[in-house]
Amino acid sequence: MSFPLLTATAAVPALGAVATAAVPAARRTAAKWLALAFSLATLLLAAVQLVRFDPEAKGPFQLTESHAWIADFGVRYELGVDGIAVVLIALTALLVPFIVLAGWHDADPLETKSTRWRPTQGFFALILMVEAMVVIAFEATDVFLFYIFFEAMLIPMYFLIGGFGDRAGERPEAETATQRSYAAVKFLLYNLVGGLIMLAAVIGLYAVTAHQLGTGTFSLTEIVQARANGELEFATTTERALFLGFFFAFAVKAPLWPLHTWLPNAMGEATAPVAVLITAVVDKVGTFAMLRFCLQLFPEASKWATPVILVLSLISILYGALLAVGQRDIKRLIAYASISHFGFIVLGIFAMTTQGQGGATLYMVNHGISTAALMLVAGFLISRRRSRLIADYGGVQKVAPVLAGTFLVGGLATLSLPGLAPFVSEFLVLVGTFSRYPAVGVIATVGIVLAALYVLVLYQRTMTGPVKEAVRGMPDLRVRELVVVAPLIALLLFLGIYPKPLTQMIDPAVEHTMSQVEKGDPQPDVRVNDVEAAK
Amino acid sequence: MENLIGLLVLVPLLGAGVLLCGGRRLDSSAPWIGTLLAALSFVIGAVLFAGMLGRDGEDRELGTTVFSWVPVGDFRADVGFQLDQLSMTFVLLITGVGSLIHLYSIGYMAHDERRRRFFGYLNLFLAAMLLLVVADNYLLLYVGWEGVGLASYLLIGFWQHKPSAATAAKKAFLVNRVGDVGLSIAIMLMFTTFGTFAFGPVLEGADRAGEGKLTAIGLVLLLAACGKSAQVPLQSWLGDAMEGPTPVSALIHAATMVTAGVYLITRSGAIFDGAPDAQTAVVTVGAVTLLFGAIVGCAKDDIKKALAGSTMSQIGYMILAAGLGPIGYAFAIMHLVTHGFFKAGLFLGAGSVMHGMNDEVDMRRYGGLRSYMPVTFVTFGLGYLAIIGFPGLSGFFSKDKIIEAAFAKGGTEGWILGGTALLGAAITAYYMTRVMILTFFGEKRWQPDAAGEPPHPHESPRTMTVPMIVLAFGSVFAGGLFSLNDAFLNWLEPVTGHAEGHSPVTAVQVTAATMVVLFVGVALAWAQYGRAPVPVTAPRGNVLVRAARRDLLQDDVNHIVLVRGGEHLTRSLVYLDHTVVDGVVNGTAASVGGLSGRMRRLQNGFARSYAVSMFGGAAVLVAATLLMRAV
Repeated sequence: MSFPLLTATAAVPALGAVATAAVPAARRTAAKWLALAFSLATLLLAAVQLVRFDPEAKGPFQLTESHAWIADFGVRYELGVDGIAVVLIALTALLVPFIVLAGWHDADPLETKSTRWRPTQGFFALILMVEAMVVIAFEATDVFLFYIFFEAMLIPMYFLIGGFGDRAGERPEAETATQRSYAAVKFLLYNLVGGLIMLAAVIGLYAVTAHQLGTGTFSLTEIVQARANGELEFATTTERALFLGFFFAFAVKAPLWPLHTWLPNAMGEATAPVAVLITAVVDKVGTFAMLRFCLQLFPEASKWATPVILVLSLISILYGALLAVGQRDIKRLIAYASISHFGFIVLGIFAMTTQGQGGATLYMVNHGISTAALMLVAGFLISRRRSRLIADYGGVQKVAPVLAGTFLVGGLATLSLPGLAPFVSEFLVLVGTFSRYPAVGVIATVGIVLAALYVLVLYQRTMTGPVKEAVRGMPDLRVRELVVVAPLIALLLFLGIYPKPLTQMIDPAVEHTMSQVEKGDPQPDVRVNDVEAAK
Repeated sequence: MENLIGLLVLVPLLGAGVLLCGGRRLDSSAPWIGTLLAALSFVIGAVLFAGMLGRDGEDRELGTTVFSWVPVGDFRADVGFQLDQLSMTFVLLITGVGSLIHLYSIGYMAHDERRRRFFGYLNLFLAAMLLLVVADNYLLLYVGWEGVGLASYLLIGFWQHKPSAATAAKKAFLVNRVGDVGLSIAIMLMFTTFGTFAFGPVLEGADRAGEGKLTAIGLVLLLAACGKSAQVPLQSWLGDAMEGPTPVSALIHAATMVTAGVYLITRSGAIFDGAPDAQTAVVTVGAVTLLFGAIVGCAKDDIKKALAGSTMSQIGYMILAAGLGPIGYAFAIMHLVTHGFFKAGLFLGAGSVMHGMNDEVDMRRYGGLRSYMPVTFVTFGLGYLAIIGFPGLSGFFSKDKIIEAAFAKGGTEGWILGGTALLGAAITAYYMTRVMILTFFGEKRWQPDAAGEPPHPHESPRTMTVPMIVLAFGSVFAGGLFSLNDAFLNWLEPVTGHAEGHSPVTAVQVTAATMVVLFVGVALAWAQYGRAPVPVTAPRGNVLVRAARRDLLQDDVNHIVLVRGGEHLTRSLVYLDHTVVDGVVNGTAASVGGLSGRMRRLQNGFARSYAVSMFGGAAVLVAATLLMRAV
């Protein structure tokens, strides 16, 4: 048997979580280094996955592992990656070391607490735990296996949001604690409700397969194959109901309007690195699952629901951007910007074109990197002034030019400036949408203007103008902070100029998904070849 | 040879990278590094130009694909370059005038502590603009297009400690973004129509796409051009952009940025030729803007803003010419080049005046400067003569051709356009004479600056005057050289094509009419500002003057419609999100599972209740699993 690479990629951070949690209270610096080491080891494994993955290979999944697990219900421990998953795993593994580094001091215990209290160990262990679960969710090709980790990741996330926040500045500690637990509970309840509805659909799926195939199965490959062979056929209403059950859970996680309101609370109250973990890593499981499960398990229902979903994503794009413009809190602004971006991702997925879905997948990666850059720098800024309010800043550019510069680059990436990675994916999504639904594509471009508005207003109010008294003497980026930001910016530039390595990975997987839905790309009116032939 | 094209862009880009990331060590050498790299880029351009001259007209185009940029399915975007006569013209203008502006900035920005950054941004500006003109497809052009937007954002807001500069920069970027939407929709339309957005296939296949599609593409391309070239209705950013240091204004107005729209329309000629309605829209925008800018230029007391109005108006001429189709393309570009010389010269001259006058910009506080800054006076004066179209100077040749071409459009349209262009020429003569008299002639109306320091006007240092002198040469001779044996026309013809229209008037008549309106304009300005003393504070003026001072109320309209409306919208949405959306979803959740009561209890922050909720979730899972066994 070959080395179980996929299992290892999830097991290493899980082991890391246990090891980090076990570090004695007094040795919290050791715990940090340990967490960093484990996250880097995971990154190494993800890199090996990327190398071992062969975009040319036949078949939907590679590096597969399959073991019987709960034989009674046909639940199997089945892992496998396609081009989409392997890229998203790489993104996750890439971001976590930066999250760890950026949050280096976020969980240092306050002097007043007793020594038995070990928040630092807990903080980093929880981060690694989330990573492990996200990785396995990306790898799972068994619906039930996926569901378990899709839900289980709520637990460490819940404690990360509720247990750790920004150091109180002018607000009293008790008030921030209340806000924080409100945000954490809201996060949990929204996602639990989504998860419960999905659970019903998962059970329903099992019932249908058990009924039609004789033995029930959760295996994505088996179900897809059985459908292709005609052994398994969903009644229209059943398929739609099951689809809605899955989609609802993913739309909460993504999040899509109007199920988005947990995100600004969660991202606002959590520390910046945790906010990045939410939006750049955990939320991606939602959009990823739409591609992998909704479209592949329920292609007919997906097409049926497309018009409504397109409208919801359009609303998300515009609504999120408009609300971002109206925010007074830096982190909430970034959260609403993310809602707008998730709108683009879902739009791309349901445009059902190669460009739309390829763009959407690329968008997930690029949004992860750009939001990480912007949010982490915002976090560094907030840690200096101990306030999240935009109005408390002004003229930072003068005192901390490097911080301001990196913040600007993060912002420019967020508004999808050409030359930076997000432009490529956003444009692909727009083109992909436009080629099937021109009106939708045109309306979505309004989001481009609004993105420029919220980013530049944020930059202007915080970084330019006369230097505010409270900002005077603010130190510029420290070495640790630079180590976090510089590679992210380099990556944004690189993927903006040369996204081909990623699109090569993603393309075949998207083609496979498209073939499941049986949709081809719309064809142009005047073919280039005709033009050339006419010469 | 082909590889040099990439280098053309790469050299200034490298400069930007080195200067912006280089750190304090480079502070003292930065101006020279930036200038040398700009000059190197010009040398590369000149080498390519020499090579191009060595080949026949039809055989001058160079092309190269560097690498595949975004290949997704049928969507294939390459990083590829194309250098033909049209691109070449721009390359020489951008790098030539650009290098002179770099040189000038060495003196102008000598005392600014952030000059390393300034030169980095200048280099970035050149790189983006060069990419825009040598790209071989619309998507790569778009990268340069927005790169120019970014560079202008950084430079207009360079003195960002001033809130007005930061606001102006943001405004420029946002208004440009509206235009960018036009460009992105155009690219999407091209992709769905032609399956590609590379210049070659799109422009060759254009005639087979049908007029409806072409009109749609043409109109969104026009929207894009309006944004970058500051044409009505997206003109409002240009005046505010004067918040940037003066060399930036020269760069934006002469060599880069505002010329991009003219390039885009000329480059997409095949599309517009097949879409007469789109062409009508283009000439209308050009004609309206050329009057709009000219009227605004008449009312401004700020020397830079008066020149900004003038730029808007002159670009209006170019857009008008480009909208005329093959009758006008070559003349649009010719005016663009001559305008590049004299407008850069005028802006640098204005900067030189400000340099000597404690950064005062109000022309009512100038006066009689000719003997204090002779070089500035002479170079500025030559630029002035060129822009009003004084016979024999550059502007005379290029503007005259556009007016002729406008008449040659034929029919009522021709008369309207030709008449507008003539009227514009009169107003140009008026406002430029006004600038000239207020600044260099008449009484000294100097005022002490905010610190109470009276101005001591003096000539600027050599690094500043040399570029002004070179540009003055261009302002004087370029037009004549270009018109010799129709040299410029023949040079561009293989790319843009050329057609003679059916003019109801002869060339001589047009020239004569131009001379008359020129004289009228100058005489009016002389009567108003030359003979009578000029008050230091502006008189109230009539309604039109007051409106023109406020840029014909453009900002007021924007403010009421967009800014205030937008503020109300976002504010009410924020409120709604908090109450209705959140409320409804929470309420639904509550009615489903009675969760809200539990939610309130959970908020008391006891770890125990968290644990219970976790346990609850797990229990549901287990129960579900057991249920399954029963099924």
